[in-house]
Amino acid sequence: MRRRLAPYWLVLPGGLWLVVFFVVPMLAMLNVSLQTGSLETGFRQTLAWHNYTDMISSYHVQLVRSLVYGLATTVITILLAYPMAYWIAFKGGRHKSTYLFLILLPFFVTFVIRTISWQFLLADNGIVLGNLKDIGLLPTGFHVLATPYAVVGGLVYNFLPFMVLPIYVALERIDGSLLEAAADLFASRREVFTKVVLPLSLPGVFAGVILTFVPAAADYVNAQILGGTGQVMIGNIIETLYLTNSQYPQASALSSILLGALLLGIFLYARVLGTRDVLDASAG
Amino acid sequence: MTATTDRVADAAADVQGPRPAPRRRRGWFLQAYTWVIIAWLSLPILVMILFGFNDTNGRFNFVWQGWTLNWYRELFSINDLTTSLKNSITIAVIVTIISAVLGTMIGYAMGKYRFRGRGVLDLVLFANVAAPEIAMGTGLLSLFLTMGIPRGYWTVVIAHIMFDIVYVAITVRARMAAYDPSLEEAARDLGASPFTTFRLVTLPVLMPGVVAGALLAFALSIDDFIITQFNAGTMQTFPLWVYGSSRVGTPPQVNVMGTLVFAFGVLLVVANAIWLRRSLKKSTPVEAAA
Repeated sequence: MRRRLAPYWLVLPGGLWLVVFFVVPMLAMLNVSLQTGSLETGFRQTLAWHNYTDMISSYHVQLVRSLVYGLATTVITILLAYPMAYWIAFKGGRHKSTYLFLILLPFFVTFVIRTISWQFLLADNGIVLGNLKDIGLLPTGFHVLATPYAVVGGLVYNFLPFMVLPIYVALERIDGSLLEAAADLFASRREVFTKVVLPLSLPGVFAGVILTFVPAAADYVNAQILGGTGQVMIGNIIETLYLTNSQYPQASALSSILLGALLLGIFLYARVLGTRDVLDASAG
Repeated sequence: MTATTDRVADAAADVQGPRPAPRRRRGWFLQAYTWVIIAWLSLPILVMILFGFNDTNGRFNFVWQGWTLNWYRELFSINDLTTSLKNSITIAVIVTIISAVLGTMIGYAMGKYRFRGRGVLDLVLFANVAAPEIAMGTGLLSLFLTMGIPRGYWTVVIAHIMFDIVYVAITVRARMAAYDPSLEEAARDLGASPFTTFRLVTLPVLMPGVVAGALLAFALSIDDFIITQFNAGTMQTFPLWVYGSSRVGTPPQVNVMGTLVFAFGVLLVVANAIWLRRSLKKSTPVEAAA
């Protein structure tokens, strides 16, 4: 009997923490999102579903922009990460873990500082653009900051390692004898790749999609530091509504909309492909 | 050369050692590409380190003015910044200890037992990793607002433990794959108490997973921005202070602190890797004997 209860005692404290501070807060957010009122008059539960429609009609531009930036980030990181993960997994030899360590190096620097470094590097008269302008390679009015390129570039930079890792893990798992078998059966190099390597690495790619698309679409630090008024993302709006305007119901509604849109994708993903690859990749 | 012989040559190259020239050239290209990306990833780090040595006047740290160690001497001259770094470090230490214990318990239980609710727990872990930080941050803030709990140091501790437990649990569970339950049974058969068994048999096997999880937890806590921002109230952590300063110009002390945190983190991970390699060598004959 005691043995049967053992796993429950082990899981209880951490599980309780997750229920109280992760699951319940989602319900609290739904609750707040249906309230009306202001900081001065206080907030009351009135089941104000119109908060949702109001938010969508006010901020659909930023919502769509966030999804588009997230999608662009994901596609670019796949294209950048795959060849690299491939090379490390198959040709990295003894130094595989060294390469992975180098790819994870940025994580030892605070996310915010990394992004500010890019602001600094890309500044209109900074060390890159300023010098190129001085030697006449760029027109004086040229700028990168406050464009979609700067924001998406920052997102790609910050989330690339989240794509490399799961793809690498998937490629690394491929049994070398499968490749030999394919070659023995006269598959060309291209066929070995498209018919054996690529399909077996797809779970890693999908895990990478979850790990990059979600944080990229919900990010507001890159848009704040590298973007301008034309690159405001949904996260920036949520930040302002919560922390500056104290419009908690509206902010909660918007946050719930974002979470709902992303959760739908995540749960479809978990249904179809399972949770293993994402969790494996997160365990490093 | 015809297509068929080309295929055969390729196939042979895949199986046998020496490769034909085109193959090597392609490998060279991918290697160069990998290094270019690594250089790109490291560029902001180099900028951060370099401009911690910049002999600039005050906050406007944008143009290279020559070398100085001034900012290392004046490291703690901005009080708010120093306080924020202190907060970040103490929070990370508290959070790492608590989430290492709670996370290890979950990871161990999930790796060892099959129990009712395990699937739900797995889904919660997955949702926690996959959910956007902003939703977790605003959700927790909504809870604190509803309960009338003021935000500050301890609400941030609570928030960080919430996501760090999950990463420790996942890392320890992954380590459980290498775990052989018959070792525990053998210890029990030889008369060891459950506690002694755990301390002398189970824990040493799990330790690399626990340490890796704890390192990850520490790094995630000290670096966290989004969830922290929503739940910190007026309390400042290092990332929050830096974010606030980005509108008015980041002082060089930020570069120096960033550099020191970076150096400390790298040192810790390298030390852990060396320790792991050593303990692996040492433990091999024991495992073989068992």
